[in-house]
Amino acid sequence: MTTYSMPDDRGHFGRFGGIFVAETLMRPLRELTAAYEHYMKDPDFLKEFDDDLRHYVGRPSPLYYASGLSERYGSNIYLKREDLNHTGAHKINNTIGQALLAKRLGKTRIIAETGAGQHGVATATVAARLGLECVVYMGAEDIDRQAPNVYRMKLLGAEVVAVESGSRTLKDALNEAMRDWVSNVEDTFYIIGTVAGPHPYPVMVRDFQSVIGREAREQIQEQAGRLPDALVACVGGGSNAIGLFYPFVDDKDVDMYGVEAAGDGIETGNHAAPLCAGKVGVLHGNRTYLMEDNAGQITETHSISAGLDYPGVGPEHAWLKDSGRANYVAVTDDEAMEGFHDITRIEGILPALESSHAIAYAKKLAPKLGKDGIMLINLSGRGDKDIQTVAALEGVEI
Amino acid sequence: MSRIKKRFNQLASQGRKALIPFVTAGDPSPGVTVPLMHEMVHAGADLIELGVPFSDPMADGPVIQKANQRALAHNVSLADVLGMVEDFRQADKETPVLLMGYLNPIEVMGYETLADRCVSAGVDGLLIVDMPPEEADEFNQLLYQREVDPVYLLAPTSTEERMELVSRAARGFVYYVSIRGVTGSANLDYDEIGTQIESIRQHGSLPVGVGFGINGPESAVKIGQHADAVIIGSAIVNRVEASRDNPDAILTNIGDFLREVRQALDDMPAMEQA
Repeated sequence: MTTYSMPDDRGHFGRFGGIFVAETLMRPLRELTAAYEHYMKDPDFLKEFDDDLRHYVGRPSPLYYASGLSERYGSNIYLKREDLNHTGAHKINNTIGQALLAKRLGKTRIIAETGAGQHGVATATVAARLGLECVVYMGAEDIDRQAPNVYRMKLLGAEVVAVESGSRTLKDALNEAMRDWVSNVEDTFYIIGTVAGPHPYPVMVRDFQSVIGREAREQIQEQAGRLPDALVACVGGGSNAIGLFYPFVDDKDVDMYGVEAAGDGIETGNHAAPLCAGKVGVLHGNRTYLMEDNAGQITETHSISAGLDYPGVGPEHAWLKDSGRANYVAVTDDEAMEGFHDITRIEGILPALESSHAIAYAKKLAPKLGKDGIMLINLSGRGDKDIQTVAALEGVEI
Repeated sequence: MSRIKKRFNQLASQGRKALIPFVTAGDPSPGVTVPLMHEMVHAGADLIELGVPFSDPMADGPVIQKANQRALAHNVSLADVLGMVEDFRQADKETPVLLMGYLNPIEVMGYETLADRCVSAGVDGLLIVDMPPEEADEFNQLLYQREVDPVYLLAPTSTEERMELVSRAARGFVYYVSIRGVTGSANLDYDEIGTQIESIRQHGSLPVGVGFGINGPESAVKIGQHADAVIIGSAIVNRVEASRDNPDAILTNIGDFLREVRQALDDMPAMEQA
């Protein structure tokens, strides 16, 4: 069905991706790859995954024509409502898939890293349901700004470990989860929440998330009678964006826009936009675009959105950028906040700050597409978790 | 012949075990490293493993993570570490120096530039934690041509197939990670280590060093009964941290500690040696 065939059998997307980890993890990764390849062809596994997505997550998620926002921005906007999934974001699609794999591999303990807490909640959720022990690593700074999600994870029975090293955000949580995995490889399954990490994670997470794009591709043709002119999704590690983009990769007339976090502005250096302003390097098991200094040290990132506050990006995005298939752009914290308020007031949908970046870019893209144009935005998560951050920004006490 | 190979040959002919201390370059400050390297040689080190600071040392436990942060507070870069080895070589032309680090700073410098600078600075080997042999073909060719030894890790999780792969790609010695864990972890299983080292030896003739979790004379001797080299990292870095405001004390404390370990290794009854 597709002419696109990335990655190769060792996880390379052109020069990106691969497996760059310490020796201890080489065998577990190989075992994981074998299990993943086996079960993705196993009808029983696929049926269980589909059933869970349907009856537990609530899929298919709606594709909603946002008439008010369309009118305001001047182009036709459809929203893929991943915010309506169980736990409130796209993250659960992937954690269901990986937890089912963990179960089949006989692992009894699940670990995960989380930034905004959405992936942590989604992981704690599936662990609770399957009766698996669950430890979530979260940067201490993120714990402060995502308190509701921290409490949700605890209610679900997960242990949340505050990571105090480095910049105390998502990248450090990932380091700490890797260290845990190295120390407990025999009984532990590491559920990575994004399309980064060593092979097979980028391809595995993509495949679990691509249900987003498969549904959206059918829905838009049903509702609009044709494919969209553009796809728009926010990119931190890039899992919601790949999930939307991948099923459209061979539709050459569909433009793809990945929206990174420009934070205070790319020119200030305080951002989290490695595709727009980074360099190629190796971090967390794969070669990709990174935020780094001239000596190759990873630099601290800034975004209003904890889920985008990551110095790397999935290697497939790096490949899609270099090959010219997708475009990567960035919007600032302020622009994202405008998008947040627009969609809340006009559509009655309170989006995650991550997803607000996609909305903000839609505003810029709309005039180029015009009133007959169609864009499909991945509304990757809901914003309840962010109301404290938003209130604090606006000087409101709640 | 590389300095590392020459050193292991010498030790084998004397029936001695190699003692390899690890310190993070630039910890707690750049001026300490070269004098500390000389002191470690005086105290009985056969080879020095020098850590290149990195912002995200994923395979390291808290002790070496903090050492990386202390060095990075002084902006110690890969280029600076090469400079330290060059300084060290002014007075010591014999003791092999192995750089241990992570790939990203190397990618920034460039493989060929680093390979050349290893030769000019007097670096004898490279251990890149997050670069398995599968991803290292191009870099290894550059290193082999210059007789700079790529040293690879093997671990308790390594299969026979990986032992074969690593034994073919590695030069100098093979570094066996004694535990499933990060640097500085505890609880060594000496029987498992012995068995694994025997398996590794089936795949090649390189000496085998063991590290991660060796913290003093007693564990060093137990490891020395199986391995050709004993590598001590966190136990030394702990001593750097303890005296971080007093460079003289760092040298004295680490020198005393290494002399103890050296003595214990040299006193090992010959019959117990592998």
